[in-house]
Amino acid sequence: MLLVLLLLPMCWAVEVKRPRGVSLTNHHFYDESKPFTCLDGSASVPFDQVNDDYCDCKDGSDEPGTAACPNGSFHCTNTGYKPLYISSRWVNDGVCDCCDGTDEYNSGIVCENTCKEKGRKERETLQQMAEVTREGFRLKKILIEDWKRAREEKQKKLTELQAGKKSLEDQVELLRTLKEEAEKPEKEAKDQHRKLWEEQLAASKAQREQELATSAFQELDDDMDGAVSVAELQTHPELDTDGDGALSEGEAQTLLGGDTQTDAASFSDRIWAAIRDKYRSEVLPTDLPSPSAPALTEPKEEQPLGPSQPAEEEDEEEEETEEEEGGEEGEDEDSQVPGEQPKETPPPVVPPQTVSPTEEDKMPPYDEQTQAFINAAQEARNKFEEAERSLKDVEESIRNLEQEISFDFGPNGEFAYLYSQCYELTTNEYVYRLCPFKLVSQKPKLGGSPTSLGTWGSWAGPDHDKFSAMKYEQGTGCWQGPNRSTTVRLLCGKETVVTSTTEPSRCEYLMELMTPAACPEPPPEPPASGNRDEL
Amino acid sequence: MDAAEKISVEDEAVDKKIFKDCSKIAFYRRQKQRLSKKSTYRALLDSVTEGKESTRFQIINEAAKVPLLAEVYGIEGNIFRLKINEEAPLKPRYEVPDVLTSKPSTVRLISCSGDTGSLVLANGKGDLKCHITANPFKIDLVSEEEVVMSINSLGQLYFEQLQIPPKQSRATKENEEDTSDDTTQENQEELGLWEEKFRNFVDVKDNGPASIGLDFSLHGFEHVYGIPQHAESHQLKNTSDGDAYRLYNLDVYGYKIHDKMGIYGSVPYLLAHKLGRTLGIFWLNASETLVEINTEPAVKYALTQMGPVAAKEKGRSQTDVHWMSESGIIDVFLLTGPTPSDVFKQYSYLTGTQAMPPLFSLGYHQCRWNYKDEHDVKAVDAGFDEHDIPYDVMWLDIEHTEGKRYFTWDKKRFPNPKRMQELLRSKKRKLVVISDPHIKIDPDYLVYAKAKEQGFFVRNHEGGDFEGVCWPGLSSYLDFTSPKVREWYSSLFAFSVYQGSTDILYIWNDMNEPSVFRGPELTMQKNAIHHGNWEHRELHNIYGFYQQMATAEGLIQRSKGKERPFVLTRSFFAGSQKYGAVWTGDNTAEWSYLKISIPMLLTLSVTGISFCGADVGGFIGNPEAELLVRWYQAGAYQPFFRGHATKNTKRREPWLFGEEHTRLIQEAIRERYALLPYWYSLFYSAHVASQPVMRPLWVEFPDELETFSVEDEYMLGSALLVHPVTEPKATVVDVFLPGSSEVWYDSKTFAHWEGACTVKIPVALDTIPVFQRGGSVVPIKTTIGRSTGCMTDSPYGLWVALSTKGSAVGEFYLDDGHSFQYLHQKQFLHRKFSFTSGVLINSCADKRGHYPSKCVVEQILVLGLKKHPSSVTSHSPGLNHPVDPGYSGPGVVSS
Repeated sequence: MLLVLLLLPMCWAVEVKRPRGVSLTNHHFYDESKPFTCLDGSASVPFDQVNDDYCDCKDGSDEPGTAACPNGSFHCTNTGYKPLYISSRWVNDGVCDCCDGTDEYNSGIVCENTCKEKGRKERETLQQMAEVTREGFRLKKILIEDWKRAREEKQKKLTELQAGKKSLEDQVELLRTLKEEAEKPEKEAKDQHRKLWEEQLAASKAQREQELATSAFQELDDDMDGAVSVAELQTHPELDTDGDGALSEGEAQTLLGGDTQTDAASFSDRIWAAIRDKYRSEVLPTDLPSPSAPALTEPKEEQPLGPSQPAEEEDEEEEETEEEEGGEEGEDEDSQVPGEQPKETPPPVVPPQTVSPTEEDKMPPYDEQTQAFINAAQEARNKFEEAERSLKDVEESIRNLEQEISFDFGPNGEFAYLYSQCYELTTNEYVYRLCPFKLVSQKPKLGGSPTSLGTWGSWAGPDHDKFSAMKYEQGTGCWQGPNRSTTVRLLCGKETVVTSTTEPSRCEYLMELMTPAACPEPPPEPPASGNRDEL
Repeated sequence: MDAAEKISVEDEAVDKKIFKDCSKIAFYRRQKQRLSKKSTYRALLDSVTEGKESTRFQIINEAAKVPLLAEVYGIEGNIFRLKINEEAPLKPRYEVPDVLTSKPSTVRLISCSGDTGSLVLANGKGDLKCHITANPFKIDLVSEEEVVMSINSLGQLYFEQLQIPPKQSRATKENEEDTSDDTTQENQEELGLWEEKFRNFVDVKDNGPASIGLDFSLHGFEHVYGIPQHAESHQLKNTSDGDAYRLYNLDVYGYKIHDKMGIYGSVPYLLAHKLGRTLGIFWLNASETLVEINTEPAVKYALTQMGPVAAKEKGRSQTDVHWMSESGIIDVFLLTGPTPSDVFKQYSYLTGTQAMPPLFSLGYHQCRWNYKDEHDVKAVDAGFDEHDIPYDVMWLDIEHTEGKRYFTWDKKRFPNPKRMQELLRSKKRKLVVISDPHIKIDPDYLVYAKAKEQGFFVRNHEGGDFEGVCWPGLSSYLDFTSPKVREWYSSLFAFSVYQGSTDILYIWNDMNEPSVFRGPELTMQKNAIHHGNWEHRELHNIYGFYQQMATAEGLIQRSKGKERPFVLTRSFFAGSQKYGAVWTGDNTAEWSYLKISIPMLLTLSVTGISFCGADVGGFIGNPEAELLVRWYQAGAYQPFFRGHATKNTKRREPWLFGEEHTRLIQEAIRERYALLPYWYSLFYSAHVASQPVMRPLWVEFPDELETFSVEDEYMLGSALLVHPVTEPKATVVDVFLPGSSEVWYDSKTFAHWEGACTVKIPVALDTIPVFQRGGSVVPIKTTIGRSTGCMTDSPYGLWVALSTKGSAVGEFYLDDGHSFQYLHQKQFLHRKFSFTSGVLINSCADKRGHYPSKCVVEQILVLGLKKHPSSVTSHSPGLNHPVDPGYSGPGVVSS
């Protein structure tokens, strides 16, 4: 096509006389023997007013060879190169616009005719381009074939996976049933075990309380009359309820449930519970197994103030989950050091005297049969989970394959080979990284974390050439600016390589990627290459 | 990212806390406090002596032990000058040098003492008198028996005489009377006599308090203008219920509009106008200055029912103007008019006229912070040609340098600056690069090393080189107040010195308030020391003026005195017009900033600075397409026409907003280029006749009260009225067409209206409301090239708009557009066109000039002909031929 254009002026330019600035295609409108009619038909003027440096036509067509009209066009023949229309306002303005210099015929400057040189360079470039395009297009066809094959394979694999998935699903369901079946006896046995232990625990606790109540009663019952009176109770000012530091008669009576005295039975039934938290033993309770009770009032409230100790909490949690109700006892351990847990956060060393209660509080190991149930259930669970995992893996593979297969890799899938590849370009300051269909990033050369210049958005070429550009959006936000984004322009090349990265507008990047996939089909080989030399 | 970016002062909105309001200014507080305790001055008229040039006498008040010396000068062209200084100050007080173009010629004043206790000084003709009253001291300016202005009639004369620092005595005092001193100390701090605190800064004042102040009452005046630079209305506002107008040059990124804080430049010059008289007060002081305005309006009266004369008599209005400066002396020039044009001449007689700009600088300028590299420049340049948009100048901001070392090039981005300039030259275009006053501290940087070696930097209070942070990081600041430094700086622009420069490279001075990022109010400490041991406080406002002066001189020298310079400056002072152009700094891409650009430029224009502009599109932020188009349309009709944008904005070259908007911007720029002959002629008139290029309506219509406050439209010269669209989605604008005997023509539709009416003009996005005044001739170019240089030989046209009497006049000036030959060899053409009784005569307006030109007038458009002409003939010596008239509508004839 180019050759035809170049040849035309060759053949006729010399022969055809036409006014300055008129192209060959238009020369027949300019007939010296007739008045000139403006090309838009707006007026008709004597022919000697064509190119008389005065604008007569609205469309500027009477002055193609002068700068008289604001909207005229001057045609440069540019023999040896491409013909060109320039704005007629640029005629004789002292700037050489046409390579043949014909636009500057009366401005005092001499324009060198550079058409031959330009034509030569242009042809060289075109030749190179054509060579690249040919080779690129050859590669592109391979890429298309590759993708066709790869796609079929992937499709096949997908079908396989989908089939495999069905049987896997069945297997998962089967294993789930087995697991559930195995868990039933396990749960029953464990529940039974726990229940027994809890009963045991409750009994011993009740007994401990009873013992405490009894001993307190004995302590209080100063006159040993088998009853605790108001006065006797008043000897324990710590039982004060209104906060004045003394236990008044009235308070004491209230504690005794309105009576003036109480006997041992009703003391331990009704009153002990109300006063036990405050009650301070007169004798140091060396013989009591757990002195924890009195201190138990404070820890709950105080704990948040103390430094939190993850290790301890974990311990607690474990205990609570394992022993459920035993949790209360578990906390008792902490309460050994309640108010004195200062900033230093001492490691939660369990004080020696609490060792025995803890052991006592621990649930005894499961009996053999229960353990057997547990083991069986665990095995069933493991099998089930394993199957479930493989199902998930398969589903993931299916999703990925489906995505890849349905991805828009260009009209013939020629861009598919870029999927799951990454290309880098190193500039003075940065390493730019393009992973097509995924993301673009920028990393300082001298270390530092990468900045996202956008993740895959869409094909972004113009409507008629959608696959000539890609858009990556929503990269890292700019200070006082938009999120970074990148347009990747795809250029025909023999190799796949990022050739440049620029930032034409702040935080809007432009990258150029050479790829055979962008090569258009080259025009058919010219029949005779000798023609070119004639130009 | 380098250090400069981290310390950047950018913030979308200005943080006002960085800057002082009046309450934070100690000398303001002192004056307010003392003036509240009235202590009046009286003149000792028995001390009057008449010198060769001036009449001198002493003035004294009870508080001041030593009298002050007052001098009254009569100056050529109906100007009075009043100087008040200490008779024998402890050390000399700063008097601003280099602003007055030459020593003004004095005229002898005839003293005819009136009654006792007064003295009258009259000019030769006796129509202007200074009536000096002794007690209390007051001066009345009397013109033809009318008192037009009174000085110190409010008793606000204030003069702090220099004192011996109380250092020693204070130190001992504090030791002795530790307890009782508290209140005084507090008071000391409040008054800021020897030390003044602001935020983290302490201003130690070795010279102590030295402030001055004086009031001027303008009788019958309600309209005052001038004292740029503020982002404020053209007519100055009453300051009685807020801050005074502050004149203190500061770098205020994204300044707030409708605010009286000081921004980049200062011209301490105020104009007052009333029916029948225009006055000017030029307060020649370069220290921080505050101006209070108090307008007492006239008794309310209905304008329509009274003629101007009656209104004049009835209106007993008055405007009081109170000037206060931190330091220096009182040196004030009273320009007595009586017409606006007279006042312009009087002011330029003192400070100089607008420099004649090279023609290219009136074209369109394309700037951005920053065009990245040579390739970018090439692409943008090509973009203009590709879209057929004319432009003349490519600009490079700070990033073109090697690490903000001015006079160098970034080797990676601009490896071959000469090649880049050759590309521009091939299209007859130019390049402007930035050169700021801060010099990076780097011993390997030649400019720094040389300046350091020769002691060319401003010094700090302790005597070392002043160091402050700016774009390059830690920098020192050239002391442009020194003639030697200026001379050396000028020499840096020599082609042999400035590597990579060519004769198409011109200069832009930015950050020259000076901007110091971590300094008080982002500027230099007031106690920094300049040449002659003057403190920075004395001359702060004139620092930028001196840089532009030295730059312009450098550009002249590099061409061996042949070529006109072009230098754009951000900071300026009275007289900066002599050195180039000024712009309004870091504005914002908002409609309100487009709108305020008009009054801001009008104010600059009436204070002598005709070559001024605002960044098209708004420097900060991203303009929507409509705003950008409207801004191009407005900018095309403003003197300095440059598109500029800050770093973090989107690209906004004219073709990036879709085809339609590209076309609209292209059209606006082309309109500018079509009118270039008119622009150039107007600049010549500004240059030789002191008339502003962009004129507020009151200047052209001084007898029409309705024009006095108009600031949404203006006159370009005397022929074109421009009313830019500054509102979004406008469909109609109200255009006021002044002058009851005028007729106005729409420049596009040729529709016409009688004057003295407001018309509703429908506007589309391509409408720029421009009206030609009947009676004018406007020269234009009929074809538009890609740059002014490419249009040298293109033909001219004339727009002849007939007055109601059917006549029109206009002028046209032409020279080579770049050299001083118009001045030295009188190589210019100055023509006059007049149209009367159907004949257009082209005659010579200045016989001294001659300049050969190939150009022809190819089109004459006559607006307002009553009937279609039967024939058109053209006469010139030896040539006589008929021309075919093209008649394109009622009243419009072109040929």
